[in-house]
Amino acid sequence: MDARNLENLLRPAEGETLVFDTNPVLNERLTHYCPGCLHGIAHRLVSETLHELGVAERTILVAAVGCATFTYDYFNVDGLEAPHGRACAVATGVRRARPEAVIFTYQGDGDMAAIGMAESLHAANRGERITSFFINNTVYGMTGGQMAPTTLLGQKTTTTHDGRRMDREGGPVHLAEMMAGLDGVAFAARCALDSVKHVREAKKAMRKAFEVQLEGLGFGFLELLSSCPTNWHMDPVAASKHIVEAMIPVFPLGVFKDKTADSPSVVQKEGVPHA
Amino acid sequence: MSRVVFLEDRCKGCRLCVAACPVQILRPSGRFNHHGYEVMEMSGTCTGCASCAVMCPDVAIRVFRTAKSRGHAA
Repeated sequence: MDARNLENLLRPAEGETLVFDTNPVLNERLTHYCPGCLHGIAHRLVSETLHELGVAERTILVAAVGCATFTYDYFNVDGLEAPHGRACAVATGVRRARPEAVIFTYQGDGDMAAIGMAESLHAANRGERITSFFINNTVYGMTGGQMAPTTLLGQKTTTTHDGRRMDREGGPVHLAEMMAGLDGVAFAARCALDSVKHVREAKKAMRKAFEVQLEGLGFGFLELLSSCPTNWHMDPVAASKHIVEAMIPVFPLGVFKDKTADSPSVVQKEGVPHA
Repeated sequence: MSRVVFLEDRCKGCRLCVAACPVQILRPSGRFNHHGYEVMEMSGTCTGCASCAVMCPDVAIRVFRTAKSRGHAA
């Protein structure tokens, strides 16, 4: 398809409305993520939320280590890179220096739930006015699919050849529930990125996670169940199905804490109809 | 008729859009972009629901909706 042809196609005809477009906060650069990796959806949701809240100009992103290391390349906001696992600690420093900034961290499970567990939980417990996005895909993606703290029992990885065992490696870490137990946390939820419905719910939860920061209520935390087609050795469609069949039963979706007043749940719990 | 436009240079051929389409009008096209990924095409009547675009990790889809064909909630 040549450029002129595409230009014509992107011009709305009479009676047509452009109902889906990118937004100015999302950088045009093509991501380095593998085909079908759901990081791309999470990035779009974050950028849309920042754009809708109108805070992108004063937003500072703290990137983690892992596949999300290059996150700062994909957002048109200021950003800096934290040492492995220390995004919340670095974000705390940013908060001390820039009280007016909107600050968020974007971390994977190996980053936030393993090496950075202490920094993350203590930042949350201090009630730091930051928002953290935790991408849970049950493996260390960038380094080649080793076991992460969130790896499911029985899941085979390069470091658990016969599957993770409770008596040997322990069980998967439920970070959203742990966060909800801390007094400094204003919002803690878990959403998934496997389907249109869940993605739309994730967007609403993401907005809440930023709003508690903007309202000064405390730490905002959102866990996003994501896939890793490459290290799961699945095609992207099968990987999304795997989220529903294997991950959601272990990591239930829902809002575990919400300090905002009259807050109806934005996430429909599996099997529980909306009131 | 509503329609989707694929920004083919952005496509990585993951086919999440094909799986997401409620009326199953998207399919692999047999053509490849300069990265070597097979790009998708539309074949059939689009309702303009934008499910494909919502699920596209590479923001490679734009959706144009006409008032008449609005069949699904956005």
